[in-house]
Amino acid sequence: MSLLTSLARLRALDEGIAQPVATVRHCHLAERPMVFIPLKLSGEAAAPLAAMLGTDRGDPRLLVVPQPRNRDLRFAWAAELAGVLLPYVEGFLGDTETVERRNADPYERTVDAPQIIVPNQGGMAFVRLLGRSTRFRRTDGPYPVPESVPLLGRWLTYFAERAAYPGSSLMLAATDELGRHWASGQSSLEDANLAALLSWITTGPSDDAEDPLVWPPAGPATDPGFDAEVLAPAIEGGSPERVAEALRTQLEPTWRLMWQAIDLLAGLPEGASVAQRWEQDRGSFSGMAAHVAEGTPPQARRDGAVAAAAKLARMERAQAAYDVQRAYDDPLVMAEYRLTGEAFAGEVIETVPDNVEGEGRSRKLRPLVVIKTDDPVRLAPGTSLGTPQRRTQGAELVSADDGLVTVKITKGMGRGRTAAPGAVPEVGERVCYTSLTDDFQGSPSLPESEATPWTHGGPPQEYTPDDEDAQEEWS
Amino acid sequence: MTGLMREGDPVRRLEVLRGTTPPRPHDARAIAALAANPGCARRALMDGAGIDKDAAARHLGFPAPFGQSPFAITRGNAFEALVKADGCAELLRMLRELLGLPIAEVAYHDVENVGAHLRHAHTRALIDRAARDGGEGAPSPEAGAEATAPPATETAGPGEAVSTAGTLYDHPLLSLRIAGHTAYLEPDVVAFQLGGRFRIVEIKSFAVIDGQADPSSVAAAARQAAVYVLALRTMLEELGHDPLMVSHDVVLVCPENFANRPVATLVDVRKQLAVLRRQLDRMTTLDRLLDGLPDELTFDLRPDEDGRPTRPVAELSDALRRTTARYAPDCLSTCDLCFFCRDEARQEGASDLLGRQVRDELGGVASVAEALGLADGTRDPAEGQEEIARLLRNAERLRRECLT
Ligand code: SF4
Repeated sequence: MSLLTSLARLRALDEGIAQPVATVRHCHLAERPMVFIPLKLSGEAAAPLAAMLGTDRGDPRLLVVPQPRNRDLRFAWAAELAGVLLPYVEGFLGDTETVERRNADPYERTVDAPQIIVPNQGGMAFVRLLGRSTRFRRTDGPYPVPESVPLLGRWLTYFAERAAYPGSSLMLAATDELGRHWASGQSSLEDANLAALLSWITTGPSDDAEDPLVWPPAGPATDPGFDAEVLAPAIEGGSPERVAEALRTQLEPTWRLMWQAIDLLAGLPEGASVAQRWEQDRGSFSGMAAHVAEGTPPQARRDGAVAAAAKLARMERAQAAYDVQRAYDDPLVMAEYRLTGEAFAGEVIETVPDNVEGEGRSRKLRPLVVIKTDDPVRLAPGTSLGTPQRRTQGAELVSADDGLVTVKITKGMGRGRTAAPGAVPEVGERVCYTSLTDDFQGSPSLPESEATPWTHGGPPQEYTPDDEDAQEEWS
Repeated sequence: MTGLMREGDPVRRLEVLRGTTPPRPHDARAIAALAANPGCARRALMDGAGIDKDAAARHLGFPAPFGQSPFAITRGNAFEALVKADGCAELLRMLRELLGLPIAEVAYHDVENVGAHLRHAHTRALIDRAARDGGEGAPSPEAGAEATAPPATETAGPGEAVSTAGTLYDHPLLSLRIAGHTAYLEPDVVAFQLGGRFRIVEIKSFAVIDGQADPSSVAAAARQAAVYVLALRTMLEELGHDPLMVSHDVVLVCPENFANRPVATLVDVRKQLAVLRRQLDRMTTLDRLLDGLPDELTFDLRPDEDGRPTRPVAELSDALRRTTARYAPDCLSTCDLCFFCRDEARQEGASDLLGRQVRDELGGVASVAEALGLADGTRDPAEGQEEIARLLRNAERLRRECLT
């Protein structure tokens, strides 16, 4: 958390209403997101109890395991879930575009992709575990399951893994996204409560949000009081309808909150880089779909050492890019960097558009711009700069003192003897420059996975799920 | 309660604090939680006096938000029963694998067989005997996992066989002095002695999936196990043995993946031990916290014959407010008084409400109004606040600029 966010939290606490920490939306919002609220049996790692899900706020589907300790009923539930989620996911596969690539074959990318929205981090973790507990199942042998179950497991595993990728929007947690855009007057720990966070954003704090009788927890854990007083007797009573009705009361309030969260996010204009990140999501999704179509085996239980290192490096680059893009898209995020001196903004007070450097053939056009700023600039002369106002432009800091900063434009002002029209800011224009640039080295050279050093466990074995995986208890 | 801690005054005063409310015995979970907020004087005093914080919170109208689902309880009990079935056969199998022990036979003692009132004394006698027999000529403590001689069985008491090479003690009862009171502790299962080493075994029902478990659950289990390690070490020391015969690596037994099959892992609890020791030391010096509090101050709930509290709520609440709390959002998962203290922090407009991160960011500016005053420039920075004031003013300027 930064001081800017801390200040927003203080202000929220003082005013009794959440404060914005973003001026644009930094996540993609699908036209038809799949809202998915899973509930699990308390005390178990991933024993499903129920889920409410759907793409139509007026028509949620309720799926219930009437006797959560019964293995067959759990798999029947997983098959039902697959019956809703798989058609949704596969519905995006038909419409594709061809993407040309340098040094590689062109590939087909879907023009849109699925988006799953769960309430919170707990929901994300449940999706991962549900994927893990279903993807190795077999459709034949001693404990056969419907064909859709292992396929569902692979997709859920994919969504959960992709959710850890910075800036991805294929699966979102509502509380995380709200928290990225609003600062409440409570702690981040309490922000994990969807009802509490939403009430801070909409009407101000309310104790009701923590009362499980008014707002049942958004899952995946249920309220212990509900378990003891309502659910346990209903399950013992052996009436599936009663169990379903009991669980509906726990899910419906969250269902409404989820759509309220979506509406709030939809009310923000989309950030300029969101489409680009969604494009990467579409590419990733298409790649996964291709894997599935080719019949590759399910994701391994654990990554091999090289795969893990490569993944880590990719994630770090993605995080850095995501941070830079958000700053470029959103002045309020950029303000964080202005506060620490890595960026500055102000008014142009002087320009030398035809400034040149060098002689003869090495003579280069280097327009100068002088900016008056109130920001504390902590950048050394010679630092490369970028600017959100002209994203393709490159610049360099010449000098900074006393609130006057001189920068020299080095890239992106046209090839002519004079700068292209509009390339050099005009006197009076407000501009922002920063040392943050979305320009990252290629991937570090990691050995191919077959060449994993023995210190890291030797080459990974191609993962082939065995009978034990398929028959693993799910109790 | 012997109350021999020191000159008797702090102990008497702690008894006054508790008043007529029956003391709440500490269990390992409660003791482990002591270390969660070591800076809080209110909590240190209440725990030191053995006050039932849960009952106090309830009476104050701020019941703690902790409940356990019957499903979770059933599951936990079933798993523990499975691990302990047939004289801990399953546990033994895992310990052999985990510690690489070549032991064929292991003696099993269910200390519970002797009846509750004798359990502590009996545990003590058993541990003493094992330490004497196993400690002599045993390799250096850290070598405990190495091969040992085959079990030599001898008679420990009427009809009880003790193997110095390996013994499992089920339902042992340990004790630990907390601010002058003795807290009795039941390690989940077992103190286990092999090759001159005792090991605490903790059975937990959260799952380890593909080698990974929920970090907060593991951390809580480690804190709790550290309490048992400390208690067992203290017991050995009192008996004149080397306390380091108790390993700081505890054995954590959890279900693996989605099945009920248990898996054992070693968890190093040295860090948790250090925190716990510091906090317990602090509680033996409660007299400093008692200084400056009125002599007759009491948190008595004044229960009637049925145990229902009769103390006027406002009075109790005033008494509590006399002590200094140090609320942090973490209290919401560790302390029964959390809602009461949060409410107090709200009334005071304390920046603690927003969490330690925000507090650290504010560099010690404790109140919301003060921080906002510095940001708005309506308040002049006190000495030492110039830097944070400058940052806050800048932050305020930037927020305004971006939001208008
Ligand atoms: S809830 Fe209150 S008494 Fe308990 S640790 Fe926190 S501040 Fe101290």
